[in-house]
Amino acid sequence: MAEEVWAERDTTPGAIEAALRELLNQRHAIDEAFAPARVLNLVVIVDAAYAGEVENRLEAVGRYHPSRTVLCKVEAGRRSLDAWASLAFDDAVPVPGRLSVTRERVEISLGPHHLRGLATIVDPLLVSDLATVIWSPHGHDDAVQALRRHAQVVLLDSVGADAVDGALAAAAEWARDLYVVDLAWLRSTPWRERLAAAFDPPEWRRGLGEISAVTVRHRADSSASAALFCGWLASRLGWRPETLTAHGDTLRGRARARRDEVALTLEPVPEMTSPGLSGVTVQTASGESVALDRAPGGLRSVRVRRDGMRSVWTVLGASRGESGILGEGVRQALLRDPTYAPALAAAREMIAS
Amino acid sequence: MADVNPLVEGLERLPVPPTTLTIFGATGDLAKRKLLPALYNLAHEGSLPERFNLIGISRRPQTDDEFRQIAREAIVEHSRHDPDPDVLDALLERLSYIGFSFDDAEGYVRLRAAVEALDAAGEPLNRAFYLSTAPEYFGIIATTLAAAGLNDESGAEVRVIIEKPFGTDLASARALQEVVSTSFRERQIYRIDHYLGKETVQNMLAFRFANAMFEPLWNRNYIDHVQITASEDIGIGTRAGYYDQAGALRDLVQNHMLQLLCLLCMEPPAAFDSKQVRDEKVKVLQAIRPPAPGATVRGQYATGVSGGEEVAGYLDEEGVPEGSATETYAALRLEVDNWRWSGVPIVLRTGKRLARKVTEIAVQLKPVPHMAFQTDGSVGVEPNQLILTMQPDEGVSLRLGAKIPGARMRIRPVAMEFRYGTTFLSQSPEAYERLILDAMRGDSTLFTRGDEVDAQWSIIDPVLDAWRAGDVPLATYAAGSEGPAEADALLGENRSWRSL
Repeated sequence: MAEEVWAERDTTPGAIEAALRELLNQRHAIDEAFAPARVLNLVVIVDAAYAGEVENRLEAVGRYHPSRTVLCKVEAGRRSLDAWASLAFDDAVPVPGRLSVTRERVEISLGPHHLRGLATIVDPLLVSDLATVIWSPHGHDDAVQALRRHAQVVLLDSVGADAVDGALAAAAEWARDLYVVDLAWLRSTPWRERLAAAFDPPEWRRGLGEISAVTVRHRADSSASAALFCGWLASRLGWRPETLTAHGDTLRGRARARRDEVALTLEPVPEMTSPGLSGVTVQTASGESVALDRAPGGLRSVRVRRDGMRSVWTVLGASRGESGILGEGVRQALLRDPTYAPALAAAREMIAS
Repeated sequence: MADVNPLVEGLERLPVPPTTLTIFGATGDLAKRKLLPALYNLAHEGSLPERFNLIGISRRPQTDDEFRQIAREAIVEHSRHDPDPDVLDALLERLSYIGFSFDDAEGYVRLRAAVEALDAAGEPLNRAFYLSTAPEYFGIIATTLAAAGLNDESGAEVRVIIEKPFGTDLASARALQEVVSTSFRERQIYRIDHYLGKETVQNMLAFRFANAMFEPLWNRNYIDHVQITASEDIGIGTRAGYYDQAGALRDLVQNHMLQLLCLLCMEPPAAFDSKQVRDEKVKVLQAIRPPAPGATVRGQYATGVSGGEEVAGYLDEEGVPEGSATETYAALRLEVDNWRWSGVPIVLRTGKRLARKVTEIAVQLKPVPHMAFQTDGSVGVEPNQLILTMQPDEGVSLRLGAKIPGARMRIRPVAMEFRYGTTFLSQSPEAYERLILDAMRGDSTLFTRGDEVDAQWSIIDPVLDAWRAGDVPLATYAAGSEGPAEADALLGENRSWRSL
């Protein structure tokens, strides 16, 4: 990886944009094999004091780097704009017969008073005709609102929110006119895929209509992921969930299925270190069950048939880690998952304030 | 509950039925370079079924642990993911090995016992048998699997995946088809042409049928000719034993290049399913008359310069029989005799030790009917050309005429380009990952059907006969060149090959 850099104090969006264009022209003139990535714009709004942590996460997303990243660092008391722009290339010297993909990154230091008019700063820096994704991990809703008209996708993480109901309500509000990619939802993806696979054989699929209980185990701060997982099941299977109630740290409640009621339990696991889900157990009225739990090399799957016979496997899969989740979020910004919105609506029914 | 699993909507990784996969030729080059790494990549991404087992078969006696070590080394060396130690260990635990000669009936009895031992009680796993062996074993493996009852579909799906080449000519392909079809039904047979598993090849369908702007031009009224090129800059390496028997025509034209032609020329299927896509491809193949000898060129590379270094000619390569007349270059001029394509030359060329490695389809449109611009002082207006590149720089390029900046109205060609590398975030999966997964899921869309293979050989067989009879002289070309000059005549007047 090689890099070219430009920086200026007390600058303007026009100067930043011109600098980016010049950097690209210079690099392209050296060799046509340097080609700018043209996938999506990512605008990140962060508190300057915690920018390093976010930058580290962005560095680690691997091949899912956005093509142009605009990092807005909000600094209390700052009145002017300072900016730094860079081009990063796959290869310092182009390899014959291969493109060297170039990614652009802009960091802008700005003050809180800039946020209301943030669109006038960021808009000139967006590559036209590419999807624009906004990610504001430290709040700054006013900044996101300012950019709303210029973006198509908002990246959220409902995990870790102070109030789950508030986080889910916020996601629903953004979803009115933006496509929402919630990392809390993506943390449930392997679990959804595995549960779908577990009930895919026709002899097991019948059991979907007989589910009587669902227990989702999660890290204490990840009840949003657990609620979205349950919301997904409810929306896919036509259940009408009721509001869950707290029993200590555990949330319990019911959903009305076609034939009967389904008991729902969201259970925190105190010793769990990484965010997201720890395990899922689904039981049917006829005594079958499927349990999935984290294990080395994938998920441990325990099935119990109605005759009581128990089978155990490891479902293979590498952990994506937090960087992998963020990278997946960037990738998902270009896709459309039709099951998220119904799952979110059902989750909100369960976690009503 | 409904016949359709309601939980799969929106998921990227669709469920794969529990499967025991048996690889014949499990210690061979293809298994080590492609199949085992592909299986690891599928495991890494969570795409393998929850109950998955792999049985390796080859002739050499060795223990499960010895096979696991071979697999570990192959995966570490060739996997596109850095192996996760936990996932790799867990995958290797699913591997076992049985050593026997492929014609040893007793070995298949042991295999059956091993396969059945892996079934969960009362829930047999699907069986997939991957024939990654020398082609002469395909028939005997298929019949002996059946003799051992391993084609029995009661309680589980059984599939046989057959590597290329499926036959060496029309007669042998039909003979093999007859043998295999006595043991397996057509719906159980998955003939691999790994080109069909490549993202860029599949993208041809998306490009043609998801964009309204090209389809009105995609016919004899607007297209002047098509060039399909699959060139390599390397020689035959250590493959003399195989290559000298096969030659360029069998190695690439009969299968990969005719498949590219099909995807380029087929009518839009009503749905993207295995029957309809393959029905349309077969119609294209059946509309192609075998080329006359004069519409074919065969060549062999002689000593030349490649990458600045002097390199040996084919006859001087290690293992090549003295005086071999095997072609390392083949070019054909074909026509698809149907309403859409009648009269449009489609020229195919492939070769070893050419100037550059490239696989592409170039669709050249007819020139504009009237030229309003002066062309002096510039390259002038050239016909539009659409280039679909499969490798090395996957993408699509459209050659357009554009005004050169300045006071005069001068035109020169420019390229409008789309490149996978700059436009998609994802790393393309290896073709074998997609194909293995599709075979386990029972989706045969990207596999070659029996009547396709038959139609392909029906085009190529007369060429083989003519070449064997000496009707077409063997041209020579310098290693590192663009190929034999004789190929230029295939295109007809006022046309030329794209530079490699």
